[in-house]
Amino acid sequence: MRAFARVFFIGGVIAYRGLFNWIRPAMYIPTMLVGPIFQILFFAYLGRYSKVEDDTFFVVGNAIQASAMSAVFAGTMTIANERQYQTLAPLLATPANRFAVFMGRAIPVIASGVFVSAWGFLMSRLLLDYDPPLSSIPALAVVVVVSVTSCTAFGLTLGSIGMRARDVFMSANIAYYLMWLLCGVNIPLSALPDWLAQIGRLLPLTHGIAAGREVAAGADLAAVSGLVWTEVAVGTAWALIAITLVHWFEYEGRRRASLETF
Amino acid sequence: MTGVRVFAVGLRFHVKALTHSVFFLLTSIFMPLLVATVAYYMYRAGNQPGSLLYVSLGAAVYGIWSSTLFGSGGAIQWQRWQGTLEVLVSAPTPFVLVIAPLTLATSVIGIYSLASTLVWGRLAFGIPFTVAHWAAFVVAVPATILGLGLLGFVFASTFVLYRNANALSNMLEWPVLLVTGMLVPLSLLPGWAGPIAWLLAPTWGVQAIREAALGGTPWPDVGVTVALGLAYLAIGAVCLRHFEAAARRHATLSLT
Repeated sequence: MRAFARVFFIGGVIAYRGLFNWIRPAMYIPTMLVGPIFQILFFAYLGRYSKVEDDTFFVVGNAIQASAMSAVFAGTMTIANERQYQTLAPLLATPANRFAVFMGRAIPVIASGVFVSAWGFLMSRLLLDYDPPLSSIPALAVVVVVSVTSCTAFGLTLGSIGMRARDVFMSANIAYYLMWLLCGVNIPLSALPDWLAQIGRLLPLTHGIAAGREVAAGADLAAVSGLVWTEVAVGTAWALIAITLVHWFEYEGRRRASLETF
Repeated sequence: MTGVRVFAVGLRFHVKALTHSVFFLLTSIFMPLLVATVAYYMYRAGNQPGSLLYVSLGAAVYGIWSSTLFGSGGAIQWQRWQGTLEVLVSAPTPFVLVIAPLTLATSVIGIYSLASTLVWGRLAFGIPFTVAHWAAFVVAVPATILGLGLLGFVFASTFVLYRNANALSNMLEWPVLLVTGMLVPLSLLPGWAGPIAWLLAPTWGVQAIREAALGGTPWPDVGVTVALGLAYLAIGAVCLRHFEAAARRHATLSLT
């Protein structure tokens, strides 16, 4: 158990630092902090023009979705980049528990996602007509953490496909941007065709964003517990898919000697 | 004459190379389609269906902008990663004739976004594509591409000094989309956004294309777009010369 915890927490942080050693403030600030502010502003103004919803609808949707930049892309990279950097085979040669190895890396990714999301909410408070009651902040924080964790599990699933696929980053890009459409970020699910809304319900963030909007409107955590638990269930399902794929692609990669071939 | 040939060959080469890049096609086709689709549903949900062609044209120009921005951010960075930046800078051919065709090619690729967005709007949402002034439309599209491509050239020229150019280009995507009125009318934005918008070719380009398609007076907008493009070319050439000299002096050309 102690070895598991050590690999999960300490190994996760070390792996994150190694895989993301290229991140500098000059890169992080424009991409992760400035970009999301303008994303929120853009959709809020587009919402005002289209008269579909008020600012709060777009602030909550986009501030939570902005975390997906960390959750989806970094989640994907935490697994797929091992193959890109030619370190996958040595890593899989170790006897370490695979769940601890790969899921531990999610912790820094989740922390970054929560930070980006919190930043989005803070800047929206200053720049837009967004003024949630102070009492809603703890519940909103819970919703954000759950949503980002669930979305990171989705990113890890995409990353695990990167153990086999040639170019998983294209899929990560498509998945990330489709969230704008499918997860109720900018369009109420009721305005989408049923089949698109159904796909959205299977994706992370959808239920978290819905819960976040209710909390911002004054609901307490108990009132949105159904949505939060659904988001937890969706995230757990994606995490299970991720770890299953990791095991399967490791087995197949060993059998075919294709772990590091492209 | 040699300069024209270098420029033309460079433009042709880069358009062909970018057309083979799946990532670029994603940027220039998928992204504007997605933005257009989100906007279509938002406008429908808000009971504003009359504005859908307005959205189509704005999303198409966004596609041109998106691929230009990604290309201009990458123009210097890709050469750095490939180790060819020093070779290109030290060649007798002026560096401006090497970089300008690349940034212009990235906006030429945006023609795919215009076509795909209009076709998508017609097939998926039944938006009729009607053009009020065909002659002006046919001129407005290349004028917009030229204006955006040369704006990308200004960015690329300043990125010689900046190691994380692609991060800067990521950051610029949303602000320009917002302040140039591609999808949100300028009248809705705060007053300070107006003067910024006037200095940006996409503002006038999207206005020219919209007025040509929906009816209005597109020619002044076409003129301003081209004039801004020429101003960008001059600014970019001066910046490139100075920043290239600075990068040589500080030995930072090849630093990644």
